[in-house]
Amino acid sequence: MNNAEPIGLYIHVPFCDGKCPYCDFYSLPADEETMDRYAERVAEEMGAFARKESHRVDTLYFGGGTPSLLGGKRLAYLIGKARECFGLQNAEITAEANPAKDLSGFFEELRAAGANRISIGLQSADEGELRLLGRRHTAMEAIKAVCDAQKAGFENISLDLMLAIQKQTPESLKRSIAFCVDAGIQHVSAYLLKVEPYTAYGRKKGELALPDEGEAADFYLLACAELEKHGFHQYEISNFAKPGFESRHNLKYWRCREYLGIGPAAHSFLNGKRFYYNRSLKGFLSGEPPVQDGEGGGFEEYAMLALRLTEGLTHEGCRARFGFGIPERIVRAAKLYEKGGLTVCNENGFHFTPKGFLVSNMLTSEILFAK
Amino acid sequence: MSVPRERIRNFSIIAHIDHGKSTLADRILEQTKSVALRDMENQLLDSMDLERERGITIKAHAVTLVYSAADGQDYVFNLIDTPGHVDFNYEVSRSLAACEGAVLVVDASQGIEAQTLANTYLAVDAGLEIVPVINKIDLPSAQPDRVRTEIEDVIGIPADEAPCISAKLGTNIDQVMEQIVKNVPPPQGDENAPLKALIFDSYYDAYKGVIIHVRLMDGQVHPGDTILMMSTGARFTVVECGYGRATGFEPSDGLSAGEVGYIAASIKAVKDARVGDTVTLADNPAKQALPGYRAVQPMVFCGIYPADGAHYSDLRDALEKLQLNDAALSFEPETSVALGFGFRCGFLGLLHMEIIQERLEREYNLDLVTTAPSVVYRITKTNGEVVFIDNPTNYPDPSLISMAEEPIADAHIYTPSEYVGNIMELCQERRGTFKNMNYIDTDRVDIHYELPLNEIIYDFFDALKSRTRGYASFDYELSGYKKSSLVKLDIMLNGEVVDALSFIIHSDKAYPRARKMAEKLAEKIPRQLFEIPIQACVGGRIIARETVRAMRKDVLAKCYGGDITRKKKLLEKQKEGKKRMRQLGTVEVPQEAFMSVLKLDE
Repeated sequence: MNNAEPIGLYIHVPFCDGKCPYCDFYSLPADEETMDRYAERVAEEMGAFARKESHRVDTLYFGGGTPSLLGGKRLAYLIGKARECFGLQNAEITAEANPAKDLSGFFEELRAAGANRISIGLQSADEGELRLLGRRHTAMEAIKAVCDAQKAGFENISLDLMLAIQKQTPESLKRSIAFCVDAGIQHVSAYLLKVEPYTAYGRKKGELALPDEGEAADFYLLACAELEKHGFHQYEISNFAKPGFESRHNLKYWRCREYLGIGPAAHSFLNGKRFYYNRSLKGFLSGEPPVQDGEGGGFEEYAMLALRLTEGLTHEGCRARFGFGIPERIVRAAKLYEKGGLTVCNENGFHFTPKGFLVSNMLTSEILFAK
Repeated sequence: MSVPRERIRNFSIIAHIDHGKSTLADRILEQTKSVALRDMENQLLDSMDLERERGITIKAHAVTLVYSAADGQDYVFNLIDTPGHVDFNYEVSRSLAACEGAVLVVDASQGIEAQTLANTYLAVDAGLEIVPVINKIDLPSAQPDRVRTEIEDVIGIPADEAPCISAKLGTNIDQVMEQIVKNVPPPQGDENAPLKALIFDSYYDAYKGVIIHVRLMDGQVHPGDTILMMSTGARFTVVECGYGRATGFEPSDGLSAGEVGYIAASIKAVKDARVGDTVTLADNPAKQALPGYRAVQPMVFCGIYPADGAHYSDLRDALEKLQLNDAALSFEPETSVALGFGFRCGFLGLLHMEIIQERLEREYNLDLVTTAPSVVYRITKTNGEVVFIDNPTNYPDPSLISMAEEPIADAHIYTPSEYVGNIMELCQERRGTFKNMNYIDTDRVDIHYELPLNEIIYDFFDALKSRTRGYASFDYELSGYKKSSLVKLDIMLNGEVVDALSFIIHSDKAYPRARKMAEKLAEKIPRQLFEIPIQACVGGRIIARETVRAMRKDVLAKCYGGDITRKKKLLEKQKEGKKRMRQLGTVEVPQEAFMSVLKLDE
């Protein structure tokens, strides 16, 4: 079968040279041989999918983990394989990288293979904060990585920032943002630290000197304002871009479009079904099939994801997908929060403000399940 | 079953809670071989789960037994079990009206307690012969002689013949039986006179319809007879009548004067078989209905609402069914802005209220929200009109009130003398007026107070228990109304009065209570998307204020790699949670929080 709309392809690279204490993404230390076997398995899975169904892919994203750890050659091999299987016409091809060592060769290989977007885990431009985050690089190494990527020809670079971390001050946050601005990049992901239970942070939560809820909220609002001021407009809860540089791949998630995820712990939404691979490299290498996770793409799911975006929930979007506009009770509920500055409503629909994003879990539920 | 009327004995057992009433009843069943030993479930007569769990008798029950006495004759014993708790005085009185005698059980280690006296007086007032029995003589702390003297001194009945028994071990039960034969007079009545039968209990059976338990005073009744309920005028044809045996119904071809039994007559309508009514024959009716039942007056009211509005009619059906078995329960529809459609229900007291709530939840599987209990206030308006207010919502504007009165109870507390200080302190806190104090014996006293009823319904029992380590017993009777300085306390959430949280209170108590309510609400209401001011006010004046701060941060910042599982699960959970939310004005409060705020205890 041939599907008209191109899908996204996500490849989860479950390798890191160390575990950051706040991170609960699936990753393991790795040796060359395991990485070879892993790359081979991913290639096989792609081939198998392509033989089963025919899909066109127009966004490819290597996430992790630390995709840069896999090296330029393996990534180039996988890009080639993806092109073979799914075309990759006019595709946005992103790889995440951690500024750890000299990445100039890596970026060149990647660029040569057709990658056109790099996402670098900066997290902070403050050395003290980086140490407290357990990052294994300096801010200088990060700026060098950005320069290397630019030198290799990447014109679409994203930096990750973390908000509400230990020792952060409004001034240090402004300096981290200034760092991004000065680096001449096009995209920033700025996310609030969340202490997850099964992480080193989670185990010593009481000992962490983290900002309280109100301070954390203020950091977030400050980041939104500062980034906006420098031309990075917000398009999702934690994502900011120069016009035209929004992540096409990530937008597919939030717009409830379909994608195929390959690799341990990778999630897929394909042909209306959601499924995922277990969090097990061993399982993945031994050919364990993905776990089915039911139907996807229902109205509530669609709306919940849409409300992560500044474009919000629109009558037009709903109509195109479901054949009806936003139900009246939902519009009514959204209007209740306009006065408090949490939502903005207009004739097209409604969306959340940064203040609304901050409480989006509750706000989404209050609005979607209003009577 | 038929024996001459001279050999029928109709009696109840009365006692203070835990003095062994139900255990004695079980032993009597055993001794009369009414139940095979292996079928004995402890406390057979307390058939409701709730009764067994709480160790109390809520409903009257009747059972017909045959006793072979020492004189070689068979006697028919009709044992009518009665509740012991003060709330159920009405049940006691209607059970007693069906009897000629009462076995008074007194604990040999504890002596006379508040309910012993209250129930004995009811029995004496009903003209019953009292058969005193001293129980629990197996306890090391038993002092039967001292208790014997107490019975004679405090109650004023001879107790020299009182059997000393252990119902638990089955010691001297035969003496109790013989005392019943000897001292309880046989029933009077004329079996040829028009039928007069007192309904002292009734319940709904899914197959037979309403089954009524009756005591025939005069006349006879047979299957096929058309019976007439004298207060309602409803007529039914008797399908079946007979005796309630310990193990089930035993149909007979008729019942006659002096006997106790049941009648099934395809009675479907709840209102047609009122407990307390007189049954007569349609074609030969009695001229006058039987007297003898104390009118039942609900003293405590609260609103009961279904947690899910869709279950309103289920709640109504359940209340109707409960009312069939419990004439003391009253209810009428009411609406609350906060809670929707529900019922204003009247109860005999707090225990009665708790039991009804629990039965609705357990037996009818209903999820309920109940408002704070209220007593009935008597308000004289400036235009001379007198109104009774049992719902704070209906409390008139203060400018229209010329006098407010509240119900006052005459309360007796029986306690070891070491707790007198604690009790007096408690009664003072509860606006009590000391009347007098009498020594029952050297170290036990009867403290007599006048207490406002609304102070009693506010966790008085618990407070008394904790201040006397459970040693004090308490009984009260409504004695009338007294002028009082009352105010209506309103709670406002986000500037809107929440009707279900309003209550009427003495002005001296308004401030501390307001503060406590506000604090509790602030603690229980989860933070929401906007700040919620909580204000308690009296007559428009704010006397306590708290704030639930707005939620600042509640976000899953990361939603990458296409893994939306977590967000979806959260959303599902929130959706479920929304169903259990109560809209109080503009504020949503989880059901659990709402309930804990309405519960006034600590």
